[in-house]
Amino acid sequence: MKKILITPKIDRCIGCHSCSLACARLVHKRISWDTAGIRIHSSGGLTTGFTANHCLACDPAPCAEACPTDAFSQRKGGGVIVKKTLCINCGDCVAACPVDAIFQDLSGEVFVCIHCGRCVEFCPHNCLEMKEVENILQEEAVS
Amino acid sequence: MIRDHFRVFVVNLSEGKGKVAKLDGRNSEVGGSGLAALLFNKYGHPEKPWDDPQQPLIFAVGPLTGYFPLMSKTVCSFKSPYHDQYTESHAGGRSALSLCFSNLDALVVVGRSDRLCCLNISSRSMEIKKIDFMQGMDVLESGKLLRNMFKGSGHRSILRIGPAGENGAAMSCINADTYRHFGRLGGGAAMGVKNLKGIIIQGDAIFPEPEGKEYSKVFAEVYNHITATDMMKKYHNLGTPTNLQALNEIKSLPWRNLQATSDSAISAINGERFAKETLLRNSACSGCPVGCIHVGCVREQFMADHRYTFKQVAYDYEPIFSLGTMLGVIEPRGVLNILDVMEKTGLDAMSGGVALAWATEATEQGLISEKETGVSLSFGDAEAYQQATDLLGTASNDFYRLLGQGTLKAAAQYGGSEFACVLGQEMAGYATGEAFFVAQSLGFRHSHLDCGAYAYDQKHAEQNVDGVIDFLFKDEAERCLMTSMVACLFARGIYKNDLLAECLQSVGYPELAANIEPLGRHIQKLRWQTRIGTGFAPESVTIPKRFFKIKTWKGPIDPEYLNTLKIKYGQAIMQFGEEEK
Repeated sequence: MKKILITPKIDRCIGCHSCSLACARLVHKRISWDTAGIRIHSSGGLTTGFTANHCLACDPAPCAEACPTDAFSQRKGGGVIVKKTLCINCGDCVAACPVDAIFQDLSGEVFVCIHCGRCVEFCPHNCLEMKEVENILQEEAVS
Repeated sequence: MIRDHFRVFVVNLSEGKGKVAKLDGRNSEVGGSGLAALLFNKYGHPEKPWDDPQQPLIFAVGPLTGYFPLMSKTVCSFKSPYHDQYTESHAGGRSALSLCFSNLDALVVVGRSDRLCCLNISSRSMEIKKIDFMQGMDVLESGKLLRNMFKGSGHRSILRIGPAGENGAAMSCINADTYRHFGRLGGGAAMGVKNLKGIIIQGDAIFPEPEGKEYSKVFAEVYNHITATDMMKKYHNLGTPTNLQALNEIKSLPWRNLQATSDSAISAINGERFAKETLLRNSACSGCPVGCIHVGCVREQFMADHRYTFKQVAYDYEPIFSLGTMLGVIEPRGVLNILDVMEKTGLDAMSGGVALAWATEATEQGLISEKETGVSLSFGDAEAYQQATDLLGTASNDFYRLLGQGTLKAAAQYGGSEFACVLGQEMAGYATGEAFFVAQSLGFRHSHLDCGAYAYDQKHAEQNVDGVIDFLFKDEAERCLMTSMVACLFARGIYKNDLLAECLQSVGYPELAANIEPLGRHIQKLRWQTRIGTGFAPESVTIPKRFFKIKTWKGPIDPEYLNTLKIKYGQAIMQFGEEEK
């Protein structure tokens, strides 16, 4: 069963950016808090807590639909499979994403969550989880 | 960014221009404290007063900032309005990562803007914006406005000052991202005198991961130390307020302007009580998973018919001491209310609280009255202290304007210097004994963080002048290395020299890694030489009588021992500064 990254307890976030830094470091081989599949922002100033910009695992994914070169393709269970060698840095995916989950650097390279879950263990407050897609659908049906 | 030199951005507010400078010294001055001293020696003017427009305001980070957890602090250095000598103040928040990700090792601001302005920088931009409309605006409101005026939410730092900094108070701070501060020795005034209300640092640069597998391995080791062991529990559990109960029990907690060092009322205002009654949530500096920032909440009914507002105020041990026990305020809500006004006016809460404690005792003794203080001051009256804080922060009259320059300056005019709790600057919350009193009085930053003298006092009942001085020098040197990296000092138990060397090696600083041992002492010396060059004279620092009259767990203070220790430590510092000059 496919898993996706969810942030069910983001209200507990302390803004340490450990998840973003881990994603950039481990997945994208960068030292950055931008080039990451999850990026933390204050939700209107530090007194109002934090939000996480990350892929919400759309299916169908608007970014994949917008991609003219199939660098982004639909991932089973939601989200996208990224083939960077096919990417022409057009940024159409960035514009198509409704939740600003895709970061594009100055060279045009794009960075999006691939739901690998490597960030999860770096959150000191357990804000992040990898969850099987079927379970999520069942929970949504119940609620 | 890993590089064999320092990349520094020098902004001249008089000219409205910035320039990137490339400086040597990475393998000797390291970064942070070392780099700041190096930069002051290059851009500073020891012979000119602190408020000369040419004096630099310096912010520096270290070689491991952004690469390892808890490398999350920034060193700010300047010529202090408090004593007109070189000093440093440290803060976290997002400042360190933002500066690192703006592709800089340091920011230097020189000159003076002709009008109130803010500076906005990123790795590829610089803008100076005139903001006359923010004159006199409080720190929190200024932060909100600046956040809306510039892009980059989440990945930037907003440093700003309040009215206290604008009006030149020597106890004004620079607020970093709402909950952290470059607190002590008047950084706010050093910024205010440049007509600089805010600095926005956008961290938008991206660096390649260090090559090889070593970096990932060392990172995992460090992260595991921090998160999978109990080493940092003290800091994220109750946080530093856990010290209140402990210090009260060993008769080392200042109460009511240090008229006592212990009080049974502690149970009303200890760390447990703050957590239970006020703790709203935790927060963290960027790059630190510990989350030691404790944000308390105060609900306030401001109108009939259940009309409420609330304040979020970050608390620590030090402001609870200075605005709680030192002022005889034994209600968490009262402490947070006073602290909230300190925050808004941009005063250093430690200095401000100790100054008001002196003003209260001076009132009791009839040296001053409501004519000076504007409000009737008495220990325990939190509402009066809220009003007095506002009057102090806004320099509302001659008395408060003078008090804002330092308690001893006010005492020189009004009397009461014998009970002014000043050790180089307003005391930190450790009435632990002779070693601490001397260490803060003569310490480089006059800070409890210069060295662990408060801990030494708690372990040593015996008198040993040479032993104390040896400890102070060695401990300060170790901390100099930490503050040059620039690590949070809470991580000093983790980042021992061997681990620091591994970290440096793994990111590409083999020379620093191989020569780590003497670096702390080298930087310690450089800092002292820089300070001595701006006029430091240990004999000019006095320890007020109040400190000679207290009792700690060791019994009464021994005046002769305290005096001897002060003279000898002062001589040792001057000798140290003169060596190999």
